[in-house]
Amino acid sequence: MNTTAVEISPVRRLYWSVRRELWENRSIHLGPLAVGGVVLIGFFIALVSLPARMRAAAPLGERELREVVEQPFLIAAIMLMAVEMIVAVFYSLDALYGERRDRSVLFWKSLPVSDLTTVLAKASIPILLLPFVTFVVTLATQFVMLLVSSAVLAASGMSAATVWTHVPLLETSWINFAHLVTFHGIWYAPLYAWLLLASAWATRAPFLWAVLPPVAVGIFERIAFGSMHFARIVQTHFLGEAPSDNAHEVTMDMSMDMLAPPTLGHFFASPGLWVGLTVTAMFLLGAVRLRRIRGPL
Amino acid sequence: MAYIEAHGLRKTYGATVALDGIDLRVDEGRIVGLIGPNGAGKTTALNAIVGLTSYEGQLRVLGRDPWRERDRLVREVCFITDVAVLPRWMRVAQALDFVSGIHPRFDRSKAEAFLAKTAIRPAARVRELSKGMVTQLHLAIVMAIDARLLVLDEPTLGLDLLYRKQFYDALLDDYFERGRTVIVATHQIEEVQHVLTDVLYIDRGRIVFNRSVEEIESRYHEVFVHPDKLATARALNPIAERQGVGHSVLIFEGADRQRLAALGDVRTPSIADLFVAMMSGGAARAQGAVQ
Repeated sequence: MNTTAVEISPVRRLYWSVRRELWENRSIHLGPLAVGGVVLIGFFIALVSLPARMRAAAPLGERELREVVEQPFLIAAIMLMAVEMIVAVFYSLDALYGERRDRSVLFWKSLPVSDLTTVLAKASIPILLLPFVTFVVTLATQFVMLLVSSAVLAASGMSAATVWTHVPLLETSWINFAHLVTFHGIWYAPLYAWLLLASAWATRAPFLWAVLPPVAVGIFERIAFGSMHFARIVQTHFLGEAPSDNAHEVTMDMSMDMLAPPTLGHFFASPGLWVGLTVTAMFLLGAVRLRRIRGPL
Repeated sequence: MAYIEAHGLRKTYGATVALDGIDLRVDEGRIVGLIGPNGAGKTTALNAIVGLTSYEGQLRVLGRDPWRERDRLVREVCFITDVAVLPRWMRVAQALDFVSGIHPRFDRSKAEAFLAKTAIRPAARVRELSKGMVTQLHLAIVMAIDARLLVLDEPTLGLDLLYRKQFYDALLDDYFERGRTVIVATHQIEEVQHVLTDVLYIDRGRIVFNRSVEEIESRYHEVFVHPDKLATARALNPIAERQGVGHSVLIFEGADRQRLAALGDVRTPSIADLFVAMMSGGAARAQGAVQ
């Protein structure tokens, strides 16, 4: 007791808690990396026929040529986003459940890290870190694709400039980055917070706890009141406006159209964002309370 | 100063009463052994002390409310609740990195020095270690934390004799020498008996026995009685009797040592024998009367 204890800042505890998550869940970086690798291998094979396809598309017009050149890059980005979501969902479902199942929660709780810090660290993985990691992997993958396709085109006597003009990497990267962080991260935050809550609540089958309550609410509302407001709110928030319904508030429509420039002002002015973040905060506070109360399984 | 102070500590799980109004005080420098049958409430009591479970009644540990201030409390309280709770995916070096990252009282070099004496490699994952090695790792971490209070709940459960002995030698002797405060629940009470200062016996959620080791030594006596003096000895109301080779062993509470010496060899009973006696106390006395 003679040694003076160094004070450790809350930020440092949060930093180490996030690192701990990265150690445990290697799918956070391995998932996107694996997809990046698969995309690259597929792309290399397709490269063999790229000069031929470009020659065929060139006479048809600028649009067709652009499609041939651009499409693989778009597919790469979409594939990586899809995997990012899958990893995020599975991570969130296990985050506060797995540590109770393997009893390691007793070890974590024997250390001076608050439940709030732990839950925030876990929430930051799907909401901030995974989108960021996915962005970096996407950028790297697309950059390699661009370099290699230029080399192949140059070798076959075509102008590599075609690729560079049709794939403005800096511009698409910014779109990709904004899309991943704002849409996949922040806009989807209530989903991940809900999954974390289910993960903190469940004594078994966290997936069922995550899925069945919302389904039950939807069915209850339909039977009791004949309406489907809950289902529509959830659908509108996460999947965009239903096609038949266009009179209500403006919602996120940048989900599908990758090439539309993100309108950040529009994004931050959207009430859906703030409602979503409020719901996120409520779910996370619930998860913090549950982590305090629930013991190992 | 009271490190642990409880008044009317209660905990129920539905209709089951785990703690039925416990009053407890553990002062600085005491090494308390908590014993009792399975399901007596030992783990619940320790969990309440380290902030793992809610409770009714009053409880202060190092002046704090453990349930509300767990993360602040465990800066100064170490606990090992069970063996093998270290996360299996973790590498030894990662465990040290993490604890030194978040714990203000952790001395990494001390943990490394301890690990250097074992077969545990820093790159190994916990799942690759044997059960005994996992406990050694946990011990290395806990010993390197300059804590004021150490709480142990069956820390050596399922370990073989060698590891158990190592564990207590390393940990309790260290704490003993430095005047630390420890509360330990264990079934292998004989292994920690030599370092305890107090013994707490808990049964069905109540503390039924709470004495210092000095009190036990002056109050309880075990006498090796030759068969021809057995009747005289039984007349003194032993609390327990068991058969030895060529003699009976009787345990007395509060009897005059001089008088007992006339009956045979007098010793201090082991805590284990004492509690076997207390657990089956009523039955043994009844049996003695019949004989």
